[in-house]
Amino acid sequence: MSTPTLPRTRIATGIDDPDAPLLARLRRGDEEAFLALVERYGPLMLRVALTHVRSRAIAEEVVQDAWLGVLDGLDGFQGRSTLKTWILRILVNRAKTRGVREARCVPFSSLAAPDDAAPAVDPDRFQGPGDRFPGGWVTFPRDWRTLPEEQLFARETFACATAAIRALPARQQEVIVLRDVQGWSSEEVCEALTLSEGNQRVLLHRARSRVRAAVEHHLEEAAA
Amino acid sequence: VTCRELVELVTAYFEGALPEEERAAFDEHLAVCPGCVRYVEQLRTTIRVVGDADRLGDSPEVGVLLGAFRDWKRARPTTG
Repeated sequence: MSTPTLPRTRIATGIDDPDAPLLARLRRGDEEAFLALVERYGPLMLRVALTHVRSRAIAEEVVQDAWLGVLDGLDGFQGRSTLKTWILRILVNRAKTRGVREARCVPFSSLAAPDDAAPAVDPDRFQGPGDRFPGGWVTFPRDWRTLPEEQLFARETFACATAAIRALPARQQEVIVLRDVQGWSSEEVCEALTLSEGNQRVLLHRARSRVRAAVEHHLEEAAA
Repeated sequence: VTCRELVELVTAYFEGALPEEERAAFDEHLAVCPGCVRYVEQLRTTIRVVGDADRLGDSPEVGVLLGAFRDWKRARPTTG
């Protein structure tokens, strides 16, 4: 007697969501499943909320508010995206609303962010139109492969990168954290942040370029 | 492609989003320009540093969330 093997359960649209088992349990009101999701996505939600609001306390409120939105929306969630991108989209919407409301009262740093359209590298690093190689490097960048690994991957370097990320405009922070810290795909990031491929790439480019410049500055100072 | 232009194309290059011709021009430039090879390498290293740097660490307060979850569960018409 053999039972036919059932195909793996998939959400209607065919998205293979690694959180599908947790989602099913959550829908049944399983507290453990809820806690597992909070543990999995809570830190990320808090981190992203903090790009929009000033204080940890308000970020906590935004995260709570987002979870309420998730629970209330659960019955309507169709699985057209993965659970994690859906959760993050709710979080970002709440954080933005809260951030805008706050900004009306108090100006805060990430709105007064550095020029968004600034080039990846300081234009002075390149030769001018009258020079021998217009648009070429004046001096080549340093070869980081010649630096000792313990200097390159030192705690100070990480601290410098973290500080540089936190100084970025909110949207750039979201993209670089999701892509390069969390390792999400560009499709997932576009879905969660409601961005086009092209916009996502521009934000990632500006974010990475600025962090590279900060790390370079740090390493040059350390070498001097 | 000049060096100044190349530094603006690196992300699109990494993402495989450059049109065929631009990708070829990018590769040709890298083949003859040690400065840009270093720059591209610096960006690769930056991505690696970022991956290890901005650890998320902090978790939100679970207590309040759990309370909210229980309220939600109680209020649900469908739960048995």
